[in-house]
Amino acid sequence: MKVKQIAVFLENKSGRMAEITGVLAKNGINIRAMSLADTADFGILRLIVNDTESARQILKDNGFTVGTTEVLVIEVQDKPGGLASVLQIIGENQLNIEYMYAFTQKSGETGLIIFRFDEIDKAMDTLKKAGCRLLTGEEVYAI
Amino acid sequence: MIWNEEYETLPREALEALQLKRLQNQIERVYASVPYYRQKMDDAGVLPGDIKTLVDIQKLPFTTKEDLRKNYPFGLFAVAMERVVRIHASSGTTGQPTVVGYTKRDIKIWAELMTRSLVAAGATQKDIIHNSYGYGLFTGGLGAHYGAENLGATVVPISGGNTKRQIMIMRDFKSTVLLSTPSYALNMAEAMVDMGIDPKDMHLRVGVFGAEPWSENMRQEIEKKLGIKAIDIYGLSEIIGPGVAIECAEEQKGLHVMEDHFLPEIVDRDTFAPLPLGEIGELVFTTLTKEAFPVIRYRTKDFSRLITDHCSCGRTFYRMEKVTGRSDDMMIIRGVNVFPSQIEHVLMSIKGVEPHYQIIVNREGSLDTMEVQVEVSEDLFSDAVKTLEELTKRIQVEIKDLLGVSCKVTLVEPKTIQRSEGKAQRVIDNRKI
Repeated sequence: MKVKQIAVFLENKSGRMAEITGVLAKNGINIRAMSLADTADFGILRLIVNDTESARQILKDNGFTVGTTEVLVIEVQDKPGGLASVLQIIGENQLNIEYMYAFTQKSGETGLIIFRFDEIDKAMDTLKKAGCRLLTGEEVYAI
Repeated sequence: MIWNEEYETLPREALEALQLKRLQNQIERVYASVPYYRQKMDDAGVLPGDIKTLVDIQKLPFTTKEDLRKNYPFGLFAVAMERVVRIHASSGTTGQPTVVGYTKRDIKIWAELMTRSLVAAGATQKDIIHNSYGYGLFTGGLGAHYGAENLGATVVPISGGNTKRQIMIMRDFKSTVLLSTPSYALNMAEAMVDMGIDPKDMHLRVGVFGAEPWSENMRQEIEKKLGIKAIDIYGLSEIIGPGVAIECAEEQKGLHVMEDHFLPEIVDRDTFAPLPLGEIGELVFTTLTKEAFPVIRYRTKDFSRLITDHCSCGRTFYRMEKVTGRSDDMMIIRGVNVFPSQIEHVLMSIKGVEPHYQIIVNREGSLDTMEVQVEVSEDLFSDAVKTLEELTKRIQVEIKDLLGVSCKVTLVEPKTIQRSEGKAQRVIDNRKI
């Protein structure tokens, strides 16, 4: 149920995003979802790709600092209130979200929300018990 | 191991008697043959005959780099040029180069001192010594080279630069001892990993590192990364070059000063008044046997203290504490004295911080600002902004606690800070004062 995500450290310099995506493209890596966290001094690019291990190695070989973390990907109805109902469960169970980002599927009927929790195992159990649909890594990598 | 048992373990009393005799001879000769020194002594009202005990050295005037520059190039030589067989010079990055000369006997003594140093570090005749100190006007390369040959070891005179080739040769030749600056040693360790070579698969067992101040934490880092014992060596061209003082492998705690050839003193960093043994201040050296380029009470700008405790290695020479700062490197940030080594100490005490950093000093309006750039290693990196911000905050707080100066800490991508092939450039001072 846990999905692997890679994170890349970025200095605030022009052209770095283009370099990363260029290197991945050249090596046939497909990006499934991404988000960029930025501060005044640096940025952290988070990516879910079709081949985590290769992408990590390629970026590392190209001199980037790369980390791998696990996140949960939850399917929500693509309609008003779809996300709110999931967040309500998270709030009621006092699960702390480090960060989250969203993307939609091709079908357009459901949206996917990526959550990075402090305590991923506890979050996974709670959300499953509450009836949320969590996608497996294979499902996400193959989107 | 001890190379010259007779001199290196001389009882203190005999050593001091020898020092006095040599000092008196040296002062007499300098007075007679170097007009500049004679003039300075006359101005101070001291004659060679006034040196009756070792303490009387305090009557003599100091010599500074400025004196050396004024006499550029050969003005302070104490022998005729036909007796000078070698010239070395400082890089002159901070002004005119300082030029030093050696007679045949000076070269022989220097080789002996460098051999003593290598032996103290644990090297033997059987070693293959990879000498990455620069060959040329810089004293490091040739100084170490002659010592290693004198020991009977096999020397690889590779000099600095072309890191990949260095590593290949070091591996293929099965070199066992590495001589380089500490920053270059770390640079090589990193390059090995990049080349897919595990540093522990090399045959290195000892490294003798000098020519720049380095912290105790940096030693641990080098020892861990290269799987070797890292020994500190001290020297400066004005005195003779590398081999003025050396750590023993037994203790790695303070560097034994070759006291039969150099007389160390510690003076107050501001008033230059002599300090009692054990107190920290500026290191001052007088050469006792140099022929071509003797120096009297040369102020090194290095800060240290003398350790008089008995050492388990058996040497009777006093030890000088590892130099962690030079007044040349010292930055004055908003009125506070800051040494790069202090910042290095803070950085390297934080797990996962790479020993690659740079300090950038600017002046905004009338206020000095200091920025410390630190490379983000995989160990430090996190996908959460909070964690990275906590890290920079922690470094900031620890630097503030130690130095009393606040600074900005910036995380930068790996390998963006320039790697040194000689002395590391730690500070970029953009202030125009």
